[in-house]
Amino acid sequence: MNRKIADRIATITFVGLSMIIVAILLYLFAYIIMNGFSKISWDFLTSPSSNILAGSGIRDQLFNSFYILILTLIISVPLGVLGGIYMAQYAKPGKLTNFIRSCIEMLSSLPSIVIGMFGLLVFVNTTGWGYTIFGGALTIAIFNIPVMVRTCEDAIRSVPRELKEASLALGITQWHTVKTVLLPSAFPGILTGVILSAGRIFGEAAALLYTAGLSTPRLDYTNWNPFADNSPLNIFRPAETLAVHIWSINTQGLIPDVTEKAAGASAVLVISVLIFNLLARWIGSMYYKKMTATK
Amino acid sequence: MRNTTELSSHRLLKSNKNRKDSELKGNIIVKSSAIIIITLTIALTVFLSIKGLQSFIKNGINPWDFITGTNWNPTSETPSFGSFNFIFGSFAVTMLSALIAAPLGIGGAIFMTQIAPKWGNKLLRPVIELLVGIPSVVYGFIGLSVLVPFIRNHVGGLGFSLLSGTIVLAIMILPTVTSISTDALNALPKNLREGAYALGATRWQTIKKVLIPAALPSLLTAIVLGMARAFGEALAVQMVIGNVSDFPNSITDTAATLTTIITLNIGHTTYGSIENNTLWSLGLILLVMSFIFILIIRFLSSRRKI
Amino acid sequence: MTITITDTNQSVSNPTEDQRVVDKEYILHVENLNIYYGENWAVHNVQMEIEKNAVTALIGPSGCGKSTFLRSINRMNDIIPNARAEGEILYDGINILRDDIDVVALRKEIGMVFQKPNPFPKSIYENLTHALKFAGIRNKGKLDQIVEESLRKAALWDEVKDRLHQSALALSGGQQQRLCIARTIALKPSVLLLDEPSSALDPISNAKIEELILQLKKDYSIIIVTHNMHQASRVSDKTAFFLNGDLVEYDRTSKIFTKPSEKKTEQYISGQFG
Repeated sequence: MNRKIADRIATITFVGLSMIIVAILLYLFAYIIMNGFSKISWDFLTSPSSNILAGSGIRDQLFNSFYILILTLIISVPLGVLGGIYMAQYAKPGKLTNFIRSCIEMLSSLPSIVIGMFGLLVFVNTTGWGYTIFGGALTIAIFNIPVMVRTCEDAIRSVPRELKEASLALGITQWHTVKTVLLPSAFPGILTGVILSAGRIFGEAAALLYTAGLSTPRLDYTNWNPFADNSPLNIFRPAETLAVHIWSINTQGLIPDVTEKAAGASAVLVISVLIFNLLARWIGSMYYKKMTATK
Repeated sequence: MRNTTELSSHRLLKSNKNRKDSELKGNIIVKSSAIIIITLTIALTVFLSIKGLQSFIKNGINPWDFITGTNWNPTSETPSFGSFNFIFGSFAVTMLSALIAAPLGIGGAIFMTQIAPKWGNKLLRPVIELLVGIPSVVYGFIGLSVLVPFIRNHVGGLGFSLLSGTIVLAIMILPTVTSISTDALNALPKNLREGAYALGATRWQTIKKVLIPAALPSLLTAIVLGMARAFGEALAVQMVIGNVSDFPNSITDTAATLTTIITLNIGHTTYGSIENNTLWSLGLILLVMSFIFILIIRFLSSRRKI
Repeated sequence: MTITITDTNQSVSNPTEDQRVVDKEYILHVENLNIYYGENWAVHNVQMEIEKNAVTALIGPSGCGKSTFLRSINRMNDIIPNARAEGEILYDGINILRDDIDVVALRKEIGMVFQKPNPFPKSIYENLTHALKFAGIRNKGKLDQIVEESLRKAALWDEVKDRLHQSALALSGGQQQRLCIARTIALKPSVLLLDEPSSALDPISNAKIEELILQLKKDYSIIIVTHNMHQASRVSDKTAFFLNGDLVEYDRTSKIFTKPSEKKTEQYISGQFG
């Protein structure tokens, strides 16, 4: 019974391979939780960082990460939604549409360091802005716009054709149909996509190193004037994000408690990404329930 | 019902200017986004190409020497710019990490779809999809604080090495390879497997002779996507590989890749200097390689439809 | 072929020239209508008159072109990329296949109800007011009045008057379909196109829809596509039998179902194919 033995061996091998994957996953999570969670404290989240002293926090980095995330979404979501509408409703099959598809595929799959170099060239050097939050957000938007276009196209395409026909047959224009019937129905799908992409933006580092920079000026959180140099809201100031911070303290930092700080920051980063993912899943399943429940 | 006293030609021929304007406005607004995407793609390719060719055109570096030279010494009095070691480093970590991630990922996918689908779908899959989203700096950090000391103490060398880079990348691309392979195997028609079982084939025979050949283009796509990601990854590798421009003598020796050299130096060199320009040339190589990966993936997905 | 749709460059400067004098007894005159999907010739040279305030049934096996024909009457085929129609459909003296027809205005006068009930995922009230608001009716009192009137006409008012602001998706399939009819007649069309309106419904809902159709023909000219021979014989005044894109026979329903002139019609009606 040779082939039975071969079958056994194969099964054992596959189980073994899966065990290795599971072991790696468990180890990664365990490492982050064991080493990171204990380092997270209110103090850690709310005190400023330091390049040389121990016991510093990640307040500014956390703020910068969220600020860049929000700016990027403000830039890329409207453009992505419009592009998605175009691809799903207006684009006619042909060479131009295929070309646009290739562009979308390319921009969304280029390494982020390459996108970062383009950002450095255009938004830092050519414009003369130097390292800025705005330049960083624009750079990340370059790969997030195509991701959003794809998400929105899929979401709009998944709206039943009957709904679109119903609206058109009632003497409603295509544009009004898109605005009042297709977009509202596609909204949960779009939202899920936005949240998932937010996770990627939040953890992005390579594209930000040389566009938003590796430093943050001393910030005064009581200064709400977006044009002041020390205002956290100023979009033309350099800003080190959380992900960039983890890289920089590990490779160039002089603080004595590097590992501790990096572990804490990593845990914050991973938890944020986890929250984004779970939120997206939750919205997806809520929507699914709503759409399948007829009563 | 309808008041048809008004002439039909007044009612039914195109005349309503407001409505036509709003249709036109909608058309223009959505097209603008498509135009932006095209512009960005072309601008990115053109700008990075021009910038990347500067060192050959303006600074007169021989492109062949640049690619094949093994001596990288930009700051000496007679600077030399041979980037072969970095190109080699990039390919080495990419190939080696794919060599580790491919069997693991595809094996895991087979386990999840063919051996224990319940387990796979309910538990493993969501967790693996979650791992795709973990930022690369976190992989780099764990590599730096766990893997590097482990290799230093148990394998030898400094710990910062080709091997560390390979392992970090392999773990990083593992979720990508696994989840795409799982999708590929799930997408196979059910009757394929049932047909093979009906002929009396064992599970292993079915997997080997029927399922893997049928899903091969998609499985290869999964591996190439993983390789593309590994080739372009910068920070995670940079944190563990050592970043030494010498040719690595063994797998435990320090090395460098295209991305790590760019990451390390592009902020420190003067914009427009020869050294800076050569970094943009390395970036151009990276861009070209990314194009090649995209083309390979396209080729594979066109095969898949047949 | 008298006029093709591409032949529409004549100016709109003299409107009376565009409007032709037609027989008032008929709402639609179809002349030499040919419809193509790319290379596929779906409807061949159809010639027929549709009576005002009557129910016309279109029957025939799947793929015979009857739905394609129906969808060309309110230009719904425009959204299919390579569909193209040649010939004329005269409605109120104007060829509605012309390029310069405002399809948005046309679809308000020639309404359509689809095979599968397709209410918007909004409230019952909003389903009715969605198109009215777009057409420019904003007055709340006026909207309320049209909503009630339309729901009454669609024989749905008593069932939903207490829950107008609840989701339309909570209604049963039959109720959803009557809501779709209500929202179409809210626009006060003159023609109603029904594309197998009850094929997705249970027998009781089906009976209600048929009853409704007989009610509605007082006010509207109705064209109904149906697979169900009994339905055609129960509700329609005239019946057209389509086969492979040809209009095989078109006559009074009573005649078609008792003494058809064509052998093919007889075979189809007696269930020998289809």
